[in-house]
Amino acid sequence: MRLGGLRGRLLVAFVLVSLLSAATATVPAYDQAREAILERAGASAVQNFRDRVNASVGEFDVPPDQRSLNRLAEAIASGSRDAKVAVRYRALVAPADQEAIPARLRDRVRSENRLSFQRVEWNGAPWLVVGTPVAFAGSGRPSGVEVFQVISLQPEQDDITALLTTVRDGVVPVVLLAAVLALLAAGTVLRPVRRLAKATRRLADGALETRVPVKGRDELADLAKDFNETADALQSSVAELREQEARARRFVADVSHELRTPLAAMTMVSSVLDEDAEDLPPDTAHAARTVSAETAGLARLVDDLIEISRFDAHAASLSRQDLDVAEVLRATLSTRGWTDRVTAEFVTVRARLDRRRLDVIVANLVGNALRHGAPPVTVVLRSTADDVFVEVADRGQGLTAEVARHVFERFFKADTARTRSEGSGLGLAIAQENARLHGGLITGSDREGGGAVFTLRLPRNGKEADR
Amino acid sequence: MPHVLLIEDDVSVRDATELVLRRHGHDVDAAGSGEDGLELLRRPGAGGIEVVVLDLMLPGMDGFAVCRRIRELSTMPIIMLTSRGDDSDIVNGLEAGADDYVVKPVTARVLEARIRASVRRVVPAARNHEDFDGLVLDRAGLTVTKGGVPLAIPPTELRLLLELSASPGRVFTRERLLELVWEHDYFADARLVDAAVGRLRAKIEDVASRPRYVQTVRGFGYRFGPL
Repeated sequence: MRLGGLRGRLLVAFVLVSLLSAATATVPAYDQAREAILERAGASAVQNFRDRVNASVGEFDVPPDQRSLNRLAEAIASGSRDAKVAVRYRALVAPADQEAIPARLRDRVRSENRLSFQRVEWNGAPWLVVGTPVAFAGSGRPSGVEVFQVISLQPEQDDITALLTTVRDGVVPVVLLAAVLALLAAGTVLRPVRRLAKATRRLADGALETRVPVKGRDELADLAKDFNETADALQSSVAELREQEARARRFVADVSHELRTPLAAMTMVSSVLDEDAEDLPPDTAHAARTVSAETAGLARLVDDLIEISRFDAHAASLSRQDLDVAEVLRATLSTRGWTDRVTAEFVTVRARLDRRRLDVIVANLVGNALRHGAPPVTVVLRSTADDVFVEVADRGQGLTAEVARHVFERFFKADTARTRSEGSGLGLAIAQENARLHGGLITGSDREGGGAVFTLRLPRNGKEADR
Repeated sequence: MPHVLLIEDDVSVRDATELVLRRHGHDVDAAGSGEDGLELLRRPGAGGIEVVVLDLMLPGMDGFAVCRRIRELSTMPIIMLTSRGDDSDIVNGLEAGADDYVVKPVTARVLEARIRASVRRVVPAARNHEDFDGLVLDRAGLTVTKGGVPLAIPPTELRLLLELSASPGRVFTRERLLELVWEHDYFADARLVDAAVGRLRAKIEDVASRPRYVQTVRGFGYRFGPL
């Protein structure tokens, strides 16, 4: 249990409140009882002392000698429970321990000439010290004799201790009870709060159908109701968004598929036009070749659109195999007839990659460099323990910061004046999607000494991408 | 030039394809549905047909079903021509018994190359009987028997078996097998190889899941034996 948590805070608060109320109830009572005990004990001891002194001083002569002082002390002491008596007459003292008698009390007895008493702590025990001057009968003049008695208050102290123990024994169960009540109260508050917290987490994790039961009519129930309404709203807007998105994706996929059928016929027929172009009049031949080229471009665009819509629908999957990466790159260059136009620097690297997708990425990067950059185009393959790097560099105009930022966007055209250029404008976007599917990335930047360099990084073992 | 049966429901595509194939010197029979195509194959004198180009999305009986029915009748090469290049369609087509698939739109040159490659696969090699622990290959007569029982093996799978068994114990990568068997001068999908190996195993192995003849070498490809 965390002390800073709601449960800990409630517990501490309950215990503090119960302690405080117990203390405010018992401390004054205890104080009063203690005073009452001590006062009553004091009063009875003082009365007893006064009686003993009066009874004993009857046949006492002044000035006394040491022996009569001792006798008087013994007489007063006799009959009173464990009390020590001291009698003084000027320098004469009988007998007893004088150090228990505080000097202030002695002075008061002498100066005020009347009975005084004081509670003292002596040798670790409580005592009552009573002192009285002895006056001459009749005249009331002070005789110079002073009698002191030191009476133990230990029995009273024991009573008070017992009282304290009783109070404490009463408070402990109260505090424990408070703690239990605190835990119970915390439970009733915390259970719904925890349910809400768990539901919130599940909602955040995408389980939009999550709801919490609404119990009772308190603030927590209101909160639960609000939570459910929020979840309802969220679920319906997400459903709507998903529906729209799915519709848009389906539309792109359907359009692309529908385009494929007429394109299939056009592609077939245009090859006939191409083959016969040489025998046609120049204008007709030009028209035939244009139709053929545009048909091929349209076919590529539709292919790219279908590929992109597969990525958008998360329908693209990897088919990994152990590859000799250099061999794949060589094949990519040679099947497209680029071997003479590209300088290759390859090291031997084996990696688990999707061969077709690797080919698509590199073909797009090299094709892009050949189309939009300027020769010489170089392809460098290198590797680290974890990654494979393919760098495709050219000596063209390079990338401005603006172009580097957007170059992987769909249909991005670096040259805005040209509305159409060779290629669909989807190639780099598709290459980037393929890299991401592997858990890798393509970055484009300016190259030192002019030109642009695109760097493809792919994890070698493929674990990173198996999300 | 091989005699082609073209099964394609779209009139324009069918006409254009037929036009192109005829110009390249093929005899072409064209059908607008799977049922019509099967009818053409069953009719007397259909023996001239050497290869089928089959659209996948057909009204009524779809391409997968047509492919399976043709396999019951014949071991001739089947090339699927599909407007859907989704992984699941390709895998389904290959498992239904197609030797190759081509995604629309396709140029006349590529279709032509693939038709010729698929037919070349049946060209006999120059060697004779070989007995591999009960599996007997007759390279001249292009027959395979196992325990004396003749096996009906379509040309692609047969070519695959012949290539693999020509060098027992040697490991072939999928790419190498694509070059050898499908004769693609660019790499097509390695799934062609996996699907053909799967179908071949179903025919020649005792237990297809524990192959003795065509064994998988993880991370590299396939090899024949060791037995």
